[in-house]
Amino acid sequence: MNEGLLVILLLFLPLVKFVVNRLFIGKKWPVLSGYLATLILIITTLLSVVLAWQYYFEYGKINGTYALFIPIDEPWLSFSNSLSINFTILVDALSVMMVLVVNIVSLMVHIFSLAYMKGEDRYGYYYAYLGLFTFAMLGLVLSGNIFELFIFWELVGISSYLLIGFYYTKPEAVAAAKKAFIVTRFADFGFLIGILLLGSLSNQFDIVQMVGSLTSQQTLTQGAGTSFIGLSALTWACLLLFMGAAGKSAMFPLHIWLPDAMEGPTPVSALIHAATMVVAGVFLIARFFPIFQLDGTVLTIVGIVGAFTAFFAAIIACTQTDIKRVLAFSTISQIGYMMLALGVDDNILNPHLGYTAALFHLFTHAFFKSLLFLCAGAIIHAVHTNNMLEMGGLRKLLPVTHIGFLVGCLAIAGVPPFSGFFSKEAILFAAYQQHKWLYAVALITAFITSFYMFRLYFSIFWNKPVKNEHAHEGNWLIKLPLLILIALVIVTGFIPFGNFVSANGKPLLLPMHIGFSVIPVLLALLGIGYAAILYFKESNVPASLENSFGLVYSTVKHKFYIDELYQFITHKIIFNGIGNASAWIDKQVIDKLVNVSAGLTFSFSIAIKKLQSGKVQQYLLIFIVGILCLFVLFLV
Amino acid sequence: MPEVLQKILWLSTALFFIGVYGMLTRRNMLAILMSLELMLNSVNINFVAFNKYLHPEKLDGIFFFLFIVTIAAAEAAVAIAIIIHLYRYHKNIDVGETEEFKY
Amino acid sequence: MDSIIFYCIALFILISGLLAVTARHIFRAAIWLLFTLMGIAALYFWMNVFFVAAVQIIIYVGGIVVLIIFSIFLTQQAGQKMAVTSAKQSVFSVAAVLFGIAFIASIIGRFYFVGRSETLNDSVNTIGTQLMSFTNGYALPFELVSLLLLAAMVGSILIAMKHKTENKNN
Repeated sequence: MNEGLLVILLLFLPLVKFVVNRLFIGKKWPVLSGYLATLILIITTLLSVVLAWQYYFEYGKINGTYALFIPIDEPWLSFSNSLSINFTILVDALSVMMVLVVNIVSLMVHIFSLAYMKGEDRYGYYYAYLGLFTFAMLGLVLSGNIFELFIFWELVGISSYLLIGFYYTKPEAVAAAKKAFIVTRFADFGFLIGILLLGSLSNQFDIVQMVGSLTSQQTLTQGAGTSFIGLSALTWACLLLFMGAAGKSAMFPLHIWLPDAMEGPTPVSALIHAATMVVAGVFLIARFFPIFQLDGTVLTIVGIVGAFTAFFAAIIACTQTDIKRVLAFSTISQIGYMMLALGVDDNILNPHLGYTAALFHLFTHAFFKSLLFLCAGAIIHAVHTNNMLEMGGLRKLLPVTHIGFLVGCLAIAGVPPFSGFFSKEAILFAAYQQHKWLYAVALITAFITSFYMFRLYFSIFWNKPVKNEHAHEGNWLIKLPLLILIALVIVTGFIPFGNFVSANGKPLLLPMHIGFSVIPVLLALLGIGYAAILYFKESNVPASLENSFGLVYSTVKHKFYIDELYQFITHKIIFNGIGNASAWIDKQVIDKLVNVSAGLTFSFSIAIKKLQSGKVQQYLLIFIVGILCLFVLFLV
Repeated sequence: MPEVLQKILWLSTALFFIGVYGMLTRRNMLAILMSLELMLNSVNINFVAFNKYLHPEKLDGIFFFLFIVTIAAAEAAVAIAIIIHLYRYHKNIDVGETEEFKY
Repeated sequence: MDSIIFYCIALFILISGLLAVTARHIFRAAIWLLFTLMGIAALYFWMNVFFVAAVQIIIYVGGIVVLIIFSIFLTQQAGQKMAVTSAKQSVFSVAAVLFGIAFIASIIGRFYFVGRSETLNDSVNTIGTQLMSFTNGYALPFELVSLLLLAAMVGSILIAMKHKTENKNN
């Protein structure tokens, strides 16, 4: 089928690029590998645009709902007739949208990296790993079998590890890569158990059939029936799935890896830790949304965790001074918003508004966050420092970057007519319908968001007179992605998203009430104003504010000492307690066992070594004794 | 005396095992050869005794006796040739000294 | 009377055999071997198989023992005392040998052999006719044994021969 071929090409071209770059041309011809990679990605993006056009406008709509198609379904590992791990490609509204997002952002990052990473060591390998990541992410969103999804999930983790630890000579980068991998791996442990639970409840691994089976009445009663520590099996499965999603999407308390992951190159942060990988968790919950809807408790937990994380990260972001750290915390906060939106989705009041709102925010966030990160990259490239306290007055020197950063900040603050406004409105509206408390938290967080983002903006571009007169903007390869992303941020707000992506396939009109939007926009403008007062001109007011908050301020600045808490738990409890005991058992008991058996064999062999003495008469004696024994045996 | 067959068999058994003892214990190669001759002789006694006391109409035992004697003679000749060669080479025909296969 | 002679001959054989394997001088051992072989010939005489006895004396005593004595002189072992084996080896050997004798003798004792008392005609004429008969005889083994003798002769000459290179090294 035509779409089958399209999708296959789409999926496997980045893999081809990874293999070619890593194995063949990466080392010798790095520049060529960079251009080849970008070319392949241009092709892939065009293919994805064609796919989206065809799906959304030509054949996707059947009877008024967006149906799903399965072009490829190849069995790989079969446990039984229904329980088998297949290589399935699932084309529906959600996956097509994600494919589009991943490809566009990846393409921007590729073009940007041509100039940003120029001259770096292992430039060719960098593009190879980007290709691996793109392949893995595309596979993840296109997969139709839950185990296949898990495989791609892990692949995404590996590429993230390789890319964060790209500067492997820096110990901080290595530590950050390890941390990211270990934290997400720990979350994936829960995810795997959740997969097994779901598989056993529904006797399927194929996503479509699993969802169909689990939403049928009979499995529902069975799933709700079996319980373990008070929660039914279905609830456990959803909770564990959410644990996996929380790890990848950096929800509290598994958010610790994302700020450290900023040790990687900035384009990597733009691609992975802003736009695509961290939204894999949101994607997971969206993909299994019908199952999550069966159990109200889990959705509520999702919403609460999301809201809390959004608020928590926003507060921490107010105190950070490293540009990338601020952006990292803002990512955590925005993903918290998406989880919040998913959590407040309700079948009754406003059918599936939360789902669409969350995905719309995912869509717009990908663009404005990657825009912000790429601008940060351009700034770092120009002034060679990450610390915003050392920057100032760069608006004359870096005009395009200035416009891009401003647009991104306005979008994230939720100021119309940029795209962030529309998606945030949808989330707030959904929250308002359902949970007034969560709505309040989200509103306060919106205020804090605009405050810290504009604090960042003013500190970079206005505050002080310029320190470094020689800073210059990069060449057109750096400016082009910024310009494209600026255009996208401005335009995508106006897409009637609900027409395309919604939970049950039917087009949904996202409500837009002017009266309702007044409060959030007002709060956003207040935030901007407050930040301007503090940071527009150079002054001591911020410093004196910090001092007056004193201990509270330093706690927040140290990210609430959560990292230290984790260190304590792992070092004192796990390493010293469990680790030492296990090591003792291993060394004294198990090794002793092996050594003793080896020693026994050795002594035995020394004892019988005397038989081989080289003396013929001794051999003859043994021979004759043997014959006599045989005589005795047979003749008696 | 027909009952004497058993006694002759005991005699030859004892002689055989005396030869075995010599072969296991003696260190000189010629002494080992002599013990070997004892063993062969005990077998000869057996053949002839069985022939005489159990099947006096046939002569097969004597034939085997002849063959064994011939072969023993040939073997003794070759063995002595080897011993002489070894003596020339090592100046020593003590089997206790040959320990090339020792651990 | 007959049996007394048999017991004397048997005793003589056993004692000579024991002395042959335990003598310290090798020349004395060879002489004891000679006595043992003569004793066995006496046994054959007592059993009335005269041809066998004659062959025993001619070949064993007159051939092999003489050969052994020659080689004792050739390897210059005549006057010296021989080395003693290790005690461990002797003890185990004695144990194995005694056990072997006891075991085999007991097995022999179980069979009640009924011997016949006819005379055995072992004249050379009979031996020759029966050996060489084509139907029931042993003509083929006879030929093979003669081949073996030839091979042994050639082989022993070759092994014991002094090669020219050895001469130069010596």
